[in-house]
Amino acid sequence: MTAERDPQTGIETTGHSWDGIKELNNPLPRWWLWVLWVTVIWAIGYWIAMPTWPTITGFTGGLLGYSQRAVVADELEAAKAVHAPLNARILATPLDRVRTDPELLSFALAGGRSAFLVNCAQCHGTGAAGGKGFPNLNDDDWLWGGTLADIEHAIRFGVRSGHAEAREGDMPAFVKDQLLSEAEAWQIVYYVLDLAVGAPKRDSPAAQLFADNCAACHGADGKGDAKLGAPNLTDAIWLFGGDRNAIYASVAQSRRGVMPGWQSRLDEATIKKLAVYIHALGGGR
Amino acid sequence: MLERAATVDAAKPRDAAAGIERVEVAAVNLPARRSQYQKHEKVYPKLAHGTFRRIKWLALSGMLAIYYAAPWLRWDRGPGFPDQAILVDFPARRFYFFFIEIWPQQVYLLTGLLIVAALVLFLITSLAGRVWCGYACPQTVWTDLFIAVERLIEGDRAARIRLDQGALTAVKVAKKAAKHATWIAIAIATGGAWVFYFADAPTLARELAAIEAPTVAYLFVGVFAAATYLLGGFAREQICTYMCPWPRIQAALQDEHSLIVTYRTDRGEPRGPLRKGESWEGRGHCIDCNNCVAVCPAGIDIRDGHQLQCISCALCIDACNAVMSKIGLPRGLIAYDTLENEVRRAHAEPARYRWLRPRTVLYAGLIATVGVAMLAALLLQSDLDLTVERDRNPVYVLLSDGTIRNGYTLKAINKTYATRTLTLALDGPPGARVAIVGGESREPATFTVEPDKLRSIRVYVSAPAGVLTRDATPIRFTASDAAGAATVASAVQGPKR
Repeated sequence: MTAERDPQTGIETTGHSWDGIKELNNPLPRWWLWVLWVTVIWAIGYWIAMPTWPTITGFTGGLLGYSQRAVVADELEAAKAVHAPLNARILATPLDRVRTDPELLSFALAGGRSAFLVNCAQCHGTGAAGGKGFPNLNDDDWLWGGTLADIEHAIRFGVRSGHAEAREGDMPAFVKDQLLSEAEAWQIVYYVLDLAVGAPKRDSPAAQLFADNCAACHGADGKGDAKLGAPNLTDAIWLFGGDRNAIYASVAQSRRGVMPGWQSRLDEATIKKLAVYIHALGGGR
Repeated sequence: MLERAATVDAAKPRDAAAGIERVEVAAVNLPARRSQYQKHEKVYPKLAHGTFRRIKWLALSGMLAIYYAAPWLRWDRGPGFPDQAILVDFPARRFYFFFIEIWPQQVYLLTGLLIVAALVLFLITSLAGRVWCGYACPQTVWTDLFIAVERLIEGDRAARIRLDQGALTAVKVAKKAAKHATWIAIAIATGGAWVFYFADAPTLARELAAIEAPTVAYLFVGVFAAATYLLGGFAREQICTYMCPWPRIQAALQDEHSLIVTYRTDRGEPRGPLRKGESWEGRGHCIDCNNCVAVCPAGIDIRDGHQLQCISCALCIDACNAVMSKIGLPRGLIAYDTLENEVRRAHAEPARYRWLRPRTVLYAGLIATVGVAMLAALLLQSDLDLTVERDRNPVYVLLSDGTIRNGYTLKAINKTYATRTLTLALDGPPGARVAIVGGESREPATFTVEPDKLRSIRVYVSAPAGVLTRDATPIRFTASDAAGAATVASAVQGPKR
């Protein structure tokens, strides 16, 4: 069959005619047609080789058995395998020696930072700067001591976490428990404010109240005691705020911050890495 | 076209003039003959002889020699450093060019180089048209090389047409096989040379040969070899006509004073074969021998006027000059000329050339300015660099004695090939002290930077209580040794006031 040609252009027509208008048969350029067929073949190959079609209970797996989940799992395993020897060395090395081994130190700092961001940053902040009631871990003021061992202990067992080994500071709620009157509590507040700037009124009734009620834990000079978790009242750092209302609230109602213990949630190597990381933030002793 | 050529070939060729054979050839790349829907008509460029062909051979061999040989040049930088003169070292993030070494942060030098290159291209195009397209573009150079191979194996234009149209004989198969094998060898060498710029060439060459090289090296050799083979062997002038943006862009860079390859209509027309004994009176100098069309690698007829497909390779000038010499007429019927002169000649005015035009002066001025700025940047660069990043989380730390402590990450770059021990000094508020975390020495604060390395150190600046009177107090760090110093400014921040 010879195709009809359009007399104007000399191009073949498709033979279709609408209201006397005929369609010219301008086929696709060849390379374009080839590209189409290549994509079709590619698609069929892809269906066979890769996971594509959903089924009622799952999907067709494909001959190559490719799975992004498996890839991620493999990568995690590979990362674990890479870290395994270093983690083993961290476990076998005492904390203070981790600090002096450059390779272990850099591994501990990197791992400690990751663990910190996942587990600790919720309360202490991503930069470990803390907030009201949550200690700033960058500074040199430590309620329970700032040595590597102190820090590791705090991470492992927490503060008032309910664990037998946990730190248990126990400041009385002087007003709430009617140990002191409100007026006496205020006297102590003003005495402590003077103490903080280094000018306590030594022979005042307030001084006597402080000596009777506070000095047992905070010391006669107010410098605190890390064994009891009693804060130093003479320094510039106030965990719950340093103005008179905040101090009164502390005296009247006590403060009972809680930190969970991480021994049951983190592995040994991670706890050690966290201790090294926090110690290295700038305030470790 | 092929059918027509065949029938004419079978008949006795008609001469254009005594001793000048008329070539039966059509300008297959004319817009009127091109259609997206029809099969591509192959161009069979005939070999031209003359000045411009010689220039093109020289340019081709010179540029290819540089391309293939440059990675093998050695340059001693001392032990532990690459001894390749030109090397793009991606893993170490360095670019080496003889005595110049560029770090990633100096990529502005590359930007400047590209700007200068673009401006030079603008200047040359506004002066002499598509010199780049005709002589220097890789597409032109490799196509020329591939056509030369084709010509060597299959013969010149007529022989190639005959071979393509002839039956499939053993000779044809052998010739085609030899041609494609040579092309593929050139293509692989092209891709191979490319990867040598990115790794130590002798090592990589050994690895490539022993099938021990990284997969990515084979991948790049393959991609470049395939591109060279397809673009040089098959796509050829179609790249310039259909794919390349440059013919379109250069229209904006040229004006009526730029040199282009022109056919002198005023002298050539009316054209036609010169019969025996015919005088030149009343007719043009073009004897319609079609040699200009036959040699054209772009498949056009220059006598149709200035056109986008023309890459200004000037081979038609060579072809026409040879013919003019033979028939004893002045050369230059096809020549480099300007659009303005075409008009002036049509009005019988003398030709004139204006090299100094506002745009050429502007381009030259810009080239000089950018060039001097680049040179200054290159020559004045320090071999010690210091940058600082202040901690933002936390912004500052209050210590128990009221001291305000700020943390910084300092990065020192040692661009020399020797280890440097630097002393860190602080210029800041009274009483402020600087300490390097884990530094080699605390007083004075020193640290070492290995040769050709960046060292990142943590630094604390502590300001005693009451010293900071503003939110942010400016400070300056200076790292120095006997050979030099680098300074960087920052600030120490405290509580809001």
